[in-house]
Amino acid sequence: MAVTMRDVEYIADLARLLFTEEEKRRLERELNRILEYVEKLNELDTTSVEPLRHVWELENRMRPDQVRRWISREEALRNAPAADSDYFRVPKVIE
Amino acid sequence: MSLHPDYEAVIGLEVHAQLLTESKVFCSCSTAFGEAPNTNVCPICLGHPGVLPVLNEKAVEFALRMGLATHCRIAPRSWFARKNYFYPDLPKGYQISQYETPLCSEGWVEIELEDGTRKRIGIVRIHLEEDAGKSLHDQDPYHTLVDLNRCGVPLIEIVSAPDLRSPQEAVAYLMKIRQLVRYLGICDGNMEEGSLRCDANVSVRRRGEERLGTKTEIKNMNSFRFVERALAYEIERQIRLLEAGLPVVQQTLLWDAFRMETRPMRTKEQAHDYRYFPEPDLVPIRVTEDVLEAVRRTLPEMPEQRRERFMAQYGLPEYDARILTETRELADYYEATVAHTKNYKAASNWIMTQVLRVLNERSMPITAFPIEPERLAGLIALRDRDVLSSSAAQRIFEVMLEDRRDPETLARELNLLQVSDDAAIEPLVEAVLDEHPAEVQAYLRGKTGLLGFFIGQVMRASQGKANPQRTRELVLRKLQARAEIDGSAA
Repeated sequence: MAVTMRDVEYIADLARLLFTEEEKRRLERELNRILEYVEKLNELDTTSVEPLRHVWELENRMRPDQVRRWISREEALRNAPAADSDYFRVPKVIE
Repeated sequence: MSLHPDYEAVIGLEVHAQLLTESKVFCSCSTAFGEAPNTNVCPICLGHPGVLPVLNEKAVEFALRMGLATHCRIAPRSWFARKNYFYPDLPKGYQISQYETPLCSEGWVEIELEDGTRKRIGIVRIHLEEDAGKSLHDQDPYHTLVDLNRCGVPLIEIVSAPDLRSPQEAVAYLMKIRQLVRYLGICDGNMEEGSLRCDANVSVRRRGEERLGTKTEIKNMNSFRFVERALAYEIERQIRLLEAGLPVVQQTLLWDAFRMETRPMRTKEQAHDYRYFPEPDLVPIRVTEDVLEAVRRTLPEMPEQRRERFMAQYGLPEYDARILTETRELADYYEATVAHTKNYKAASNWIMTQVLRVLNERSMPITAFPIEPERLAGLIALRDRDVLSSSAAQRIFEVMLEDRRDPETLARELNLLQVSDDAAIEPLVEAVLDEHPAEVQAYLRGKTGLLGFFIGQVMRASQGKANPQRTRELVLRKLQARAEIDGSAA
């Protein structure tokens, strides 16, 4: 299944990324190459194989339900591109 | 709402319940509601680069409780997934949720319909995920303001099968879900504050038709009343379209509580493509039989079981048992009361009428009710010993709301204790009859209507404290005796 220019544009749009025509063509080539590479797996019969979601075999890494304060509001807002004293501020979002 | 008997509605609900953990699902920030904006945040829930989420074990336990209470299959292993979309209230650009492997699936709950019949509603899945923050659109004309305190609060999403056939059934189902999460102590169920939220998928079809119609999704129904109205409105709208030969367009609608209508969301295209993929930062949850057994042991007696037991153990009618087991706290109050009195039905009557009335008038939870179960039982005991008339008991109940002393002390102080002792009433009866020889003669000649007069006089002589039942009997007996004396004298 080949990646088309339209796919590249759709994925870029979902990721809120803007590319030049040249970049899009390069991405189209690269994405196709990656898919071809992964396509090799289809040569194997994997019908009875559980999907591998992690390469390590850990399970149930959990923490107790305890509150810990890390940072203040001032610290939280310090790295924001825009903020007032209480809130993060972003361009108007219309729902 | 059956304006169109030849159509039926098909409704499925997605309910989000905020779990009552102390800390968030993947970080240690507090989940407290109503705190100053952006005070309960940290690099993890703010989505800073390089941080890693760590799962809160309590959130898993709470989700499992709900799964067990709704007869779900519990996945022995389940994974988290990333649901990708951009919105400012979701700083990571994805929500950690579950996709292919929900923690719980294929369960059911039972709802009760208006005609008293019961209906089983399928639960497709219950999965664990994180809440998003809150956007404020109306505070600043040029910007949206974002508060991320809620971001990362644990949620379970409970997805019903499309088994609901009317707005009333949908509300009954939602109330059942709320009752369950409250019994389980995993969510406060407050729709106004958003700790319980509900989206609906709704379509209509001609009765007898197997195929489903095109569905719409309704969001933003933050009360039971709105759920009912929004669904009724949307069903009506869809039927009108079909009747006019127009198609129903698959879309997401918002319920507008001011205009009382559903209208399309103004999001740019609604073709959501979330590109789910397995969350690489979290390892799977493994639920062993031991873990499940431990969770099962934390389950309280559920409302249906408790209702059945109230009927069997206390001989209550189903109606009483249902009201008393509506919430776990009310049922606890009833049982604490009947621990001090054997008059189970009287306890039920007091709670269903007087206690619930006061709670309603004062918008107060039963846990804050000023009359402790033991004192209510004491009041019932005074009635049972026949030392209190029903109106006096009512008066003392009102006083007990403000005065913490026991009912007998209050009754004595208010001089409301009733005299039921014959030895105390008899002399009063004799005195009244002696003082009214003419009336006694008239009565004995057949003017029996005077009975009330004698009783009234005795009651007055006792300052209202004589037991009217006993008084009536004694007056009759004494009149009878005088008739015999009269007869023998003649």
